[in-house]
Amino acid sequence: MNSIQESLKHNLRQYGIMAALVLVVVTFNVLTGGRLLWPNNFASLIAQNAYVLILAIGMVMVIVAGHIDLSVGSLVAFIGGVLGWAMYYWHWPWPVAVLLALALGAAVGAWHGFWIAYIRIPAFIVTLAGMLMFRGLAIVIAGFTMAGFDQGFVNISSGALPNFMGYIGGLDVLTMILGIVGVVILIWMQFRARASQIRHGIEPEPMLLLAGKLVVIAAAVLFVTTLLAMSDGGTPIVLVVVGVLIFVYSFVLNRTIFGRHVYAIGGNLNAAILSGINTARTNFLIFVHMGLLAAVAAIVVTSRANAATSTSGQSYELDAIAACFIGGTAVSGGVGRISGAMVGALIMGVLNMGLSIVGVPAAWQQVVKGLVLLAAVALDLVSKQRAKVA
Amino acid sequence: MTDQPDILQMKGISMEFPGVKALDDVNLSVKRGEIHAICGENGAGKSTLMKILSGVYPHGSYSGDIEYLGEPCAFRTIRDSEERGIVIIHQELALVPYLSIAENIFLGNERARLGVIDWDRAESEAKALLARVGLAEHPRTPIVDIGVGKQQLVEIAKALSKRVELLILDEPTAALNDDDSEHLLSLVRALRDEGVTSIIISHKLGEILSIADSISVLRDGRMIETLDVAGEKVTEERLIRGMVGREMNSRFPTHESHIGEEAFRIENWTVHHPIDAGRVMVDNASLVVHAGEIVGLAGLMGSGRTELAMSIFGRTYGREISGSIYRNGAEVNTHTVGQAVAQGIAYVSEDRKRYGLNLIQSVKENMTVAGLTKVAKRGVIEANAEISVANRLRKELTVKAPTVESQVGKLSGGNQQKVALAKWVFTDPEVLILDEPTRGIDVGAKYEIYTIINGLADQGKAVLVISSELPELIGICDRIYTLSEGRITGDVSRADATQEHLMKLMTKEA
Repeated sequence: MNSIQESLKHNLRQYGIMAALVLVVVTFNVLTGGRLLWPNNFASLIAQNAYVLILAIGMVMVIVAGHIDLSVGSLVAFIGGVLGWAMYYWHWPWPVAVLLALALGAAVGAWHGFWIAYIRIPAFIVTLAGMLMFRGLAIVIAGFTMAGFDQGFVNISSGALPNFMGYIGGLDVLTMILGIVGVVILIWMQFRARASQIRHGIEPEPMLLLAGKLVVIAAAVLFVTTLLAMSDGGTPIVLVVVGVLIFVYSFVLNRTIFGRHVYAIGGNLNAAILSGINTARTNFLIFVHMGLLAAVAAIVVTSRANAATSTSGQSYELDAIAACFIGGTAVSGGVGRISGAMVGALIMGVLNMGLSIVGVPAAWQQVVKGLVLLAAVALDLVSKQRAKVA
Repeated sequence: MTDQPDILQMKGISMEFPGVKALDDVNLSVKRGEIHAICGENGAGKSTLMKILSGVYPHGSYSGDIEYLGEPCAFRTIRDSEERGIVIIHQELALVPYLSIAENIFLGNERARLGVIDWDRAESEAKALLARVGLAEHPRTPIVDIGVGKQQLVEIAKALSKRVELLILDEPTAALNDDDSEHLLSLVRALRDEGVTSIIISHKLGEILSIADSISVLRDGRMIETLDVAGEKVTEERLIRGMVGREMNSRFPTHESHIGEEAFRIENWTVHHPIDAGRVMVDNASLVVHAGEIVGLAGLMGSGRTELAMSIFGRTYGREISGSIYRNGAEVNTHTVGQAVAQGIAYVSEDRKRYGLNLIQSVKENMTVAGLTKVAKRGVIEANAEISVANRLRKELTVKAPTVESQVGKLSGGNQQKVALAKWVFTDPEVLILDEPTRGIDVGAKYEIYTIINGLADQGKAVLVISSELPELIGICDRIYTLSEGRITGDVSRADATQEHLMKLMTKEA
């Protein structure tokens, strides 16, 4: 029993943030008279917040390595503008235009990475410059709004997977199958990890706790799946995009040498250099990835608006940064997980939508979000100081 | 002196850091107007005791009582102790390089009215203080433009500006040459004549004997004795006996080296200071280490020992570096850490917290970080292979950690040092440069580190140990180079190595 308590204490931050998400969802569901969790509202919650989720994936990497990126909001507008231009004026087929956007994102990331990694200008300065420059370029390109794109392109954010398997009892079968398969894979991976820990003499998480955790997660995933299966479309395509990105980048951060180097650089730069890590190349690549993800966000945002305009992406960088910090990424670098930032982004998203449905004016929504960010980080620091004393 | 009352009494002071008992029931009495020296080996607890006295470690973090000028004290910050006239000058100078002498003297204690600094007053007061410590520099000179010796005097001027009654000097002459040292010591004597009491921590025994009125000896966190220099004839041998206190043999594992071919050689190695390019930090140094041999590099703080090691290891220190490096007789290039590692060279830093470890990561992640390619395929780390490797290293180096997933920051100093060593053992180097490998760890852990070093030599690795603890070098090395002012001043075999002989070479001037 003792080890359950210890394990709980150890992962308090992780459970705390999950509990906070549940609390926010339940509160707003009550306040909105159940409207927050109407299937269609829920589906649009995901489409609406896809950009934060995508940007926060990259921002976790950036912040863990001890940097910051202020430019991603401007990048969304700039890349969206170029993307729109390619489809609107050049009449490129949308898949080619999307590839152009991704390449452009990586190129802009490389531009930032060059100044940060090789000339060693602090990322704050470089991306502040980028924020100004790319917002300016966005106005040059998309000062005149371009609207009305191919249905194929619009579907990225507004479409759903085709329900070719039909419905059973009003539920989209494909969505249900995807959800169930997801739960099975998750459980299988957890048990495999546990078996490996036991094999190597590492005390695993207590079985009771693991089982409890898995039951809760499975219930949550199946609940979400059911909601989506009841919505008009089924599984939104953008959810698949976000899911793949989360999976791929979690793997990169947790399992690859590159990912390990990101944590090493953020945890102790001097030690990383003296361990022979090529810190310049790692920093460079981090910003290339961030640029690429900003391009994905630009595609999703342009698709959802069905328009490219110079004012899009306003203050997106701050949303992404806030999601990371709410999700437990350390301000000083070295610590942070994509899963945490995703929960942080969802908390912000639910707050946004819930406050809107309740009818809180946009100005006050900002105030609430600011307070939530402050409270989350304050709780984190206070609990850490407590832990130190004890 | 004996008729003077005590200005300070510390009674039953104990303090523990995770895994190490730094101080154990220490009593210290200092008489008003005397110069009281505290000596002991590295890690004996001298600096810890002084940090308690000056409020760096706040009241409550230690047990025991402090009585100053007849009143009990419970300092929570340095400011509290300074208000009572206790000022500490740390080993690492606390001056801001790009501010002027005057600005540094009054830093945190500005000559101001309603928050607005009165520069004229500050400058004239600074001038008076500088005259007292015998400095002719203009108060507006930036700190970077004066030498270390003069910087030390600025620190004392800063202390005087706070109406100091009890001045604590932690290794004040460690980085100074003889002239500057002599000047500093005569200044401390002059202050005594003005009624300032001083506590001085130093490794230089000759210096202590020449200046101190009484000497307290600490060993392994315990107060061994307090000697009255006026009352009895105290010699260096007498002091060393108190500091060491045990037979040398029992502190070091017995070891017979099997020395092979030349493994590592540097020739005419010269390194300049990274910012102040005119300063030569390492001057035309040449040395050789053979396979299976443990070679010491003895030098005082500021002698260029760490600068030498880091400039070899991927040029992580210095600029305008010249000279050659040979591995197994062939010249090699170690311009980056990656190249040095590829040449089979490893460097374990003297400062494990700043340069050695990522304290917020696990034992496993720290152990494998320098050789991740060994447990990865196409850039993807194989979790099982990594855990097995970490478990093997944990056993081999007897790291006491609950599991390899434990956070390194939570281990004791000795176990952290073993993790730092393990990180480089994992890269399977041929040449290991160990910079102060036993700094700040307790006696038992030291013995285990020595055993590990011996084991590495037995595997045929060439080991270069940098240390300022002479007994340690004499105890474990086959041969010892001495370094003074960036120059190699001696190459002493184990048979000829005595502390006196080495110390003479380490303080030899050009």
